[in-house]
Amino acid sequence: MEYRFDPNVRYAKTHEWVRVEGEEAIVGISDYAQHELSDVVYVELPEVGSIVQQGKACAVVESVKTAEDVYAPISGEVIAINEALRDKPELVNQDPFGAAWFFRVKMSDPSEVNALMDAAAYQRHVESEERR
Amino acid sequence: MTGKGLRRTRLYDWHVRAGARMMEFAGWEMPAQYPTGPIEEHQRVRTAAGLFDIDHMGQLRLSGPDAEALLQAVQTWDIRRTGVGQAHYTLFCYADGGTVDDVFLYHLPDHWLIVVNAANREKDLTWLQAHVGDATVTLEDISEQTYMLALQGPQAQTILQRVTEVDLARVAFHTIVSGHVAGVPALISATGYTGEHGYELLFPADEAEHVWTTLLRVGESEGLIPCGLVARDTLRAEACLPLYGHEIHAAIDPISAGLGFAVSFDKGDFIGREALLKVHLEGPQQRLVAFEMVERGVPRPGYPVVVGGASVGQVTSGLYSPSTGRYVGMAYVPAAYAAVGTELAIVIHKQPRAARVVPRPFYRRRQRGEGGEVPRG
Repeated sequence: MEYRFDPNVRYAKTHEWVRVEGEEAIVGISDYAQHELSDVVYVELPEVGSIVQQGKACAVVESVKTAEDVYAPISGEVIAINEALRDKPELVNQDPFGAAWFFRVKMSDPSEVNALMDAAAYQRHVESEERR
Repeated sequence: MTGKGLRRTRLYDWHVRAGARMMEFAGWEMPAQYPTGPIEEHQRVRTAAGLFDIDHMGQLRLSGPDAEALLQAVQTWDIRRTGVGQAHYTLFCYADGGTVDDVFLYHLPDHWLIVVNAANREKDLTWLQAHVGDATVTLEDISEQTYMLALQGPQAQTILQRVTEVDLARVAFHTIVSGHVAGVPALISATGYTGEHGYELLFPADEAEHVWTTLLRVGESEGLIPCGLVARDTLRAEACLPLYGHEIHAAIDPISAGLGFAVSFDKGDFIGREALLKVHLEGPQQRLVAFEMVERGVPRPGYPVVVGGASVGQVTSGLYSPSTGRYVGMAYVPAAYAAVGTELAIVIHKQPRAARVVPRPFYRRRQRGEGGEVPRG
């Protein structure tokens, strides 16, 4: 199976991505993750102002058949959420690295990004999951 | 059988080659969805046609001079109202009114065909055998040699007509005829589990791939695609057709489940009659309701239903309904909360969210004609 791997983001083992923009970061889920879920019908986002912690569940993404937790790939305060996902959860399937960003955080510890994978390492991680 | 002990249908290899994602269902390894995805598969059945491998369903054949008497005793429907060539939904009940299974009965010229849920096939067979007594009947499980497909959707008739000599315009809703499909001797039944017009086809199992691929080929121009069990589930749930293990099970009687239309109290005695009559006369304590979410969220089976802060029931099925764009479900609640318009809350991800009771079903096909859909499991 062919998946897209955005080279400009960092990835968590649990298939979330982070795009760092100065002191802020944007979070979403990977193309592999949306493909595994298949048709997304609902996304539950954290509230603006809430604090998310790296590795802790912070959102839920639901397909026709299942509900999956989304884990924060980075810690910080949520400063914006993608309201478009409310009415168009299918954006997650259509444009996981673009229009379907989940939320934006003000990072509390930008060095946490170093613990995340680059696209090449994440691609190897996905391939190893595929083989299981 | 596979390493996991799951059964596979004769189309297993075809499904895998087509890129289907396989899932375990009732001891079978079945296609959950094809690369098209369950939403498109669902919409295709509503607007064009879909083809389902439903060979996991079991088929029992009952014949002999006492077949009718045995059937009258072990299921809820008065089969004297179902003439030769007709089909009817019915239930096997325990003496306490709980449900053994929900099945479809087909009255054929020299026998009765009983289509049962995959999960209940052995249980049903044992149940029937236990009640044969000294009746003169022949009961056979013909599931292995019988293949079953469902062709469903507004274009189903047009597509099937291309590969059968049977005049489908004369095959009324809930009737069954014998003929040929793609040159193969087949029973053609105007039944289904999607809330759409369509057919279920029964034919010799060795012909599975030939019939399947022929239908897909002749139906392609009408938009026919193969559909998996995920779409089958959202389609049946939108039509509020019950699924055994969810809306009905051993601890639920058909009256509480809203299936009283399949219970004939006036036909004479049958197993469970006394218990069901009591529920019917006193009114069920719990009722199955249809609800829609007022606040967003996907209700899932097992989620609590809350009224005034107290848990009063449980969701049995819940989904995003592709045909209506709403988040909906079914649940058992105390009868006092079952009226349309009643405000409930469903606990989704530990948070109570507003919902309200709405009329059943969520989706009803526009075409007028044969009357309402009748559930089947």
